[in-house]
Amino acid sequence: MSTQMHAITVTVNGKQYSRQVEGRLLLSDFLRHDLLLAGTHVGCEHGVCGACTVIFDGAPVRSCLMFAAQTDGHRIETVEGLAADRDHLHPLQQAMRDCHGLQCGYCTPGILMTMKVFLEDNPNPDEAQIREALSGNLCRCTGYQHIVEAVQLAAERMRK
Amino acid sequence: MKPAPFQYVAARTIEQALQLKAEHGDEARFLAGGQSLVPTMNFRLTQPAMLIDINPLHELAGLGNGPAVRLRIGALTRYRSLERDPATARHLPLIAEALPLIAHPQIRNRGTIGGNLAHADPASEMPAIVLTLGGRLRARSAKGERWIDAADFFVGALTTALEPDEMLMEVELPKAPPRSGACFMEMSRRRGDFAIIGVACIVRLDEAGRCAEARIGLCNAGDGPVFAARASASLTGRTVGSVEIGEAAKLVQSDIDPGGSIHASKEFQRHIAGVLTTRALARANERARGAA
Ligand SMILES: Cc1cc2nc3c(=O)[nH]c(=O)nc-3n(C[C@H](O)[C@H](O)[C@H](O)COP(=O)(O)OP(=O)(O)OC[C@H]3O[C@@H](n4cnc5c(N)ncnc54)[C@H](O)[C@@H]3O)c2cc1C
Ligand code: FES
Ligand code: FES
Repeated sequence: MSTQMHAITVTVNGKQYSRQVEGRLLLSDFLRHDLLLAGTHVGCEHGVCGACTVIFDGAPVRSCLMFAAQTDGHRIETVEGLAADRDHLHPLQQAMRDCHGLQCGYCTPGILMTMKVFLEDNPNPDEAQIREALSGNLCRCTGYQHIVEAVQLAAERMRK
Repeated sequence: MKPAPFQYVAARTIEQALQLKAEHGDEARFLAGGQSLVPTMNFRLTQPAMLIDINPLHELAGLGNGPAVRLRIGALTRYRSLERDPATARHLPLIAEALPLIAHPQIRNRGTIGGNLAHADPASEMPAIVLTLGGRLRARSAKGERWIDAADFFVGALTTALEPDEMLMEVELPKAPPRSGACFMEMSRRRGDFAIIGVACIVRLDEAGRCAEARIGLCNAGDGPVFAARASASLTGRTVGSVEIGEAAKLVQSDIDPGGSIHASKEFQRHIAGVLTTRALARANERARGAA
C-alpha cells in the first residue's frame, strides 16, 4: 500500500507545528519522534498505563490511542508546557518534588497532565476523589501514597 | 506494537462517511473514540484497510428528547459529556451510576456510547443497560435507515445486527418513570477494569407499592449482554422483600452462562451474580419506595 501523507497543523504547548504525517502514526509517536517532545512516555500502547496522557482540547486523553492525523486544527498540552521555565515549576511539579511523588519518573508526565485538569475542575478534592482521578495511571514505584500527598499539597498551594 | 498501514479519511459529512462504508464494507471501520479499536490495531489484531474518522461529525453527538418519555443519545456522545449532563442523573439513573465504573477518566474523555454499543463487548456495561432499559438503536446506510430493538441488536460477542454498510446513529432510551428505582452494581478486580459480573436492576411500583415491573440485566454473564427474563417476570405483582429478591437471584444464577477466566471461574461468576442481584434489587426497590 502506498503511504498517503496528511498535512496537519497542530498547536502544542502554545506553539504551532505544521507537518506531514502518515495515517497510522500514533499521536504519542508524533510528539516523541517528530516534535522531539519525549516527555510524553509510552508504556503499554493499549490505553491501560496512562504514561502517555496528554491534554487534548482541554481534556486528558491517551496519546497512544489517537492518530496524529486526528489533531489537525486542535490544541495539545504536554508535560514540556507545564513549567514556566527551569526555575519556576508548575505547583504540581513542585509538590511532586517536595513530597517525593516520583522515583523512576516514568509515570510522572501522565500523572501531571491528568492532575492538572483534575485540579482545575476540583480545586479542593478529598483523598478519595484524588485516588479515583489517579485510577487511570499506573505507578510501579511509589505505592501512590506520596503522589496523593503531592496532589493535596499542590491543591492547597494553588487555592492560596 | 504499531498499527498496520491503512488509509485515513476524516469524514466531512455523514453522507460521505456512509458512501465510503458502502464502497469498502468490512475493509473499512468507523473511528469513534478509538478506545476499543486502536488498542486492537496497535496489537495488529485488527488491520482495517481504511479508517473513516467520524469525530468531525458533531451532529452525531448530544443528548436530546425523543418521542414521548424517551431520550435520544447521539452515537458520538462521549461518556464524559453524559457524566456532566444533569439529564443523565435525572432521567437515566442506571447510566449515571455505571459511568464512573467504565474505564478511567482519560478513556471516558474520548470513548463514545455509539462506539461502545457497536463494539458490543459482552463484559461492557452499556450494552447490558441498553438491553435492560429496552432501548432501540437507529442504524443508517447510504440506502436508508432503520430502528433495531436492543434485544435484536446484540447478536453475540463483539457482534451486532449492524450490516457492513451501516452506521449506528443514536440510541433511544425510556426516561425513568415515576415510582421507579434503578441500581447498577459490578465487581471488578481493580477500579476501571472490565467487570467480572455487572448487574443492572429496575423496579417500578404500582399505587399499592407492589412491583408493577422489574427488569434485570447482566454484563459478562454470557456471549452478549443478558436480560434475565424469568427473574424479572418473577417479581411482577408481588411486594418485593427479601424472599422475592432471593428467588429472583436464584433464577438469575440459573439463567446465565458466564464464560469464566483465569481471574474468575464460571462458578465464582455465578455466585457473584447472585450476590450482586440481591444487593442491586434491594437498592432499586428502596429507591423506588423513596420515589413513590
Ligand atoms: C484501559 C481501558 C479500559 C476500558 N474499560 C472499559 C470498561 O470497564 N467497560 C467498558 O464498557 N469499556 C471499557 N473500555 C472500552 C471503552 O468503553 C471504549 O470507549 C468503547 O468500548 C468503544 O467506544 P469508542 O468510541 O472508543 O469506539 P471505537 O474504539 O472508535 O470503535 C469501536 C468499534 O465500533 C465501531 N464503531 C464506532 N462508532 C460506530 C458507529 N457510530 N457506527 C458503527 N460502528 C461504529 C468501530 O468501527 C469499531 O469497530 C476500556 C478501554 C480501555 C482502553
Ligand atoms: S502507553 Fe498509552 S496508556 Fe499506556
Ligand atoms: S515513579 Fe516509577 S512508575 Fe511511577
